[in-house]
Amino acid sequence: MAYKNYILVCAGTACESSKGIALYNELEKELKAQGVEHEAQLVKTGCFGFCEQGPIVKILPDESFYVKVGPQHAKEIVAEHIDKGRQVEALLYEKKQKGLSASGIGFYQKQQRIVLRNCGVINPEFIDEYIARDGYAALEKVLFEMTPDDVIEELNKAGLRGRGGAGFPTGLKWKFTKNVASEQKYIVCNADEGDPGAYMDRSTAEGDPHSILEAMAIAGRTVGANQGYIYIRAEYPLAIKRLNNAIDQAREYGLLGNNILGSDFNFDIELRFGAGAFVCGEETALLASIEGKRGMPIPRPPFPAVKGLWGKPTVINNVETWANIPMIILKGSTWFSSIGTATSKGTKVFALTGKINNSGLIEVPMGTTLREIIYDIGGGIANGKKFKAAQTGGPSGGVITEAFLDVPIDYESLQSIGSMMGSGGMIVMDEDDCMIDVTKFYLEFTVDESCGKCAPCRIGGRTNYNILDKISKGKGTLEDLETLKVVGHAMRKASLCGLGQTAPNPIMSTMKYFENEYLAHINDKKCPAGKCKDLLSYTIVAEKCVGCTACARVCPVGCISGEVKAVHMIDQDQCIKCGQCLTKCKFDAILKG
Amino acid sequence: MAKMTLEELRSLRDTKKKEMTQRDSGGKSAQIIIGMGTCGIAAGAKEAFDAFLDELNSHDVKDTRITQTGCMGLCFSEPTVEVAVPGMPRVIYGNVDGKVARRIVKEHIIGKALVSDHIFDKPAADIIK
Repeated sequence: MAYKNYILVCAGTACESSKGIALYNELEKELKAQGVEHEAQLVKTGCFGFCEQGPIVKILPDESFYVKVGPQHAKEIVAEHIDKGRQVEALLYEKKQKGLSASGIGFYQKQQRIVLRNCGVINPEFIDEYIARDGYAALEKVLFEMTPDDVIEELNKAGLRGRGGAGFPTGLKWKFTKNVASEQKYIVCNADEGDPGAYMDRSTAEGDPHSILEAMAIAGRTVGANQGYIYIRAEYPLAIKRLNNAIDQAREYGLLGNNILGSDFNFDIELRFGAGAFVCGEETALLASIEGKRGMPIPRPPFPAVKGLWGKPTVINNVETWANIPMIILKGSTWFSSIGTATSKGTKVFALTGKINNSGLIEVPMGTTLREIIYDIGGGIANGKKFKAAQTGGPSGGVITEAFLDVPIDYESLQSIGSMMGSGGMIVMDEDDCMIDVTKFYLEFTVDESCGKCAPCRIGGRTNYNILDKISKGKGTLEDLETLKVVGHAMRKASLCGLGQTAPNPIMSTMKYFENEYLAHINDKKCPAGKCKDLLSYTIVAEKCVGCTACARVCPVGCISGEVKAVHMIDQDQCIKCGQCLTKCKFDAILKG
Repeated sequence: MAKMTLEELRSLRDTKKKEMTQRDSGGKSAQIIIGMGTCGIAAGAKEAFDAFLDELNSHDVKDTRITQTGCMGLCFSEPTVEVAVPGMPRVIYGNVDGKVARRIVKEHIIGKALVSDHIFDKPAADIIK
């Protein structure tokens, strides 16, 4: 026999430290004492992400969400909610929850899922499940109820902007292509996701492939194209499999192919594979790659919207942009533009990674603050460390520091603080992360991925990487900082494509907000975060060492010497600074500095 | 199915919609939905899948359906599994390895009680009615 109620007590580490366990025990006691232990099951749960408000108690099936619950509240919760079925108002997270039943689910949550609406809900390998959730209803509407101009007008009013990073208005892009007279036009989906730590597009393609196909068909109808290509990296085998499967099913149902749903509209989609070159995410390089040429950018204008694939007008949008479109058509521009900020409408998907408790794929309305993302959704910084910065926009972006935790995130606000929206990677860093090290990592990436066609990117990137490397080894000078800036400015101004133009962003941003760290590396030859190996040394404190030999045994290069029960020594010339001795020592006798 | 007309697509949508909502509320069969994106699979979703099948078989449970879905976004707690048993609230379980999968079958599917220590929250309200 199922229970009438379920009391979920958060037992994540944060809630546990804020007396979650005492609360659990007290609830257990009260259920027995009040004789209602058969009415409700008491369950420990994982982290709900609302750690600031912990301990948290959620009662099912009515979804009551209680916050800051202490052991002293146990008696009241059991007496009122479980026994009499009345919510304890004082403990509710939001008073408006009062009287809500199961239909009120999720109102306390910061996430809103438009792009990811079907991810984790439908079986992506069955077209029927997509159709059951209003799938292909937007295409129906576009085919039989709307004119191409209506569609463009709707996108313009919705205020949808490209989610690939640059934020160009999608409706406007489509309009350009529509207005060009041409026998042949193309629709392209950019699924060449390459930012380190980003996997939004992969998850969408894997979890909801039909939403991309439907949106591309809508674009085809709107601008007058009959062929679409999805450019996806070959490293995404599951996404490729599911997209191919979805294309087959859509063809079988007549949702792709000739005379779609009995209309005069013909449209088909094929996949094209990328070999993992980052620059192929740039639209002109991507189109070159589809054409079978080497993936290198060409100067714009002309823009692909006018002269794209094989010289024909081409609409190219990113996976996330596509996934928004069916919902805008179905639910309308008024609904969509009610979400977000003045200039940035709708939601944004982020791949939240790094030193955060609840890493994952999140989708939040534009205008959500970094603080909400990190603390209300992400569950705070891992291991109780201190937040230092978040990196957005990948190798083209910059850092957001503590001072900007409360800035509502949108395209413009991120740009004004020296970062960018990018495609949605968000890496959280704590006090143990060195900004020079992080910047060096990104620059190494862009240097590696530069196609080499233009000199500013090819030579400038290498020059700056070498300087960063020098600084991380304690050999930098103050003049180097000046050179970093000069070269960076030149790259921004003179590089051919977005890759080179934005490659200096991580440097500029960290130099602005963490100048002290650069100076510490240059002047004091110290890495404050203890990350740059060349500026680190491990030494043994003679007074504390008992000669247990634990460190000597774990050292992979055998550079620690000393007799049993005698003070040990580290040979600094041979030490590779792996830090294993430090973690092994039980007597705090090893000093990192 | 052959190519569809507009009417056929609409009636298919209605039928499938009913099927999906029925299974949400009061339908006969229980459902186990396993997150099988790249992340879920890498974290061991296939092992959990096998364990579910094996445990359901060994207890001769016949009215439970196992399906797969994409990534729900709870990467920190992969593999994730949603369990819907008629008459009980739908819940998301995280960190479901083979052992936990077997517990879910015994305690939740058969025993009609939730499994402690593994429940997580659905990330957001559904925008589709």
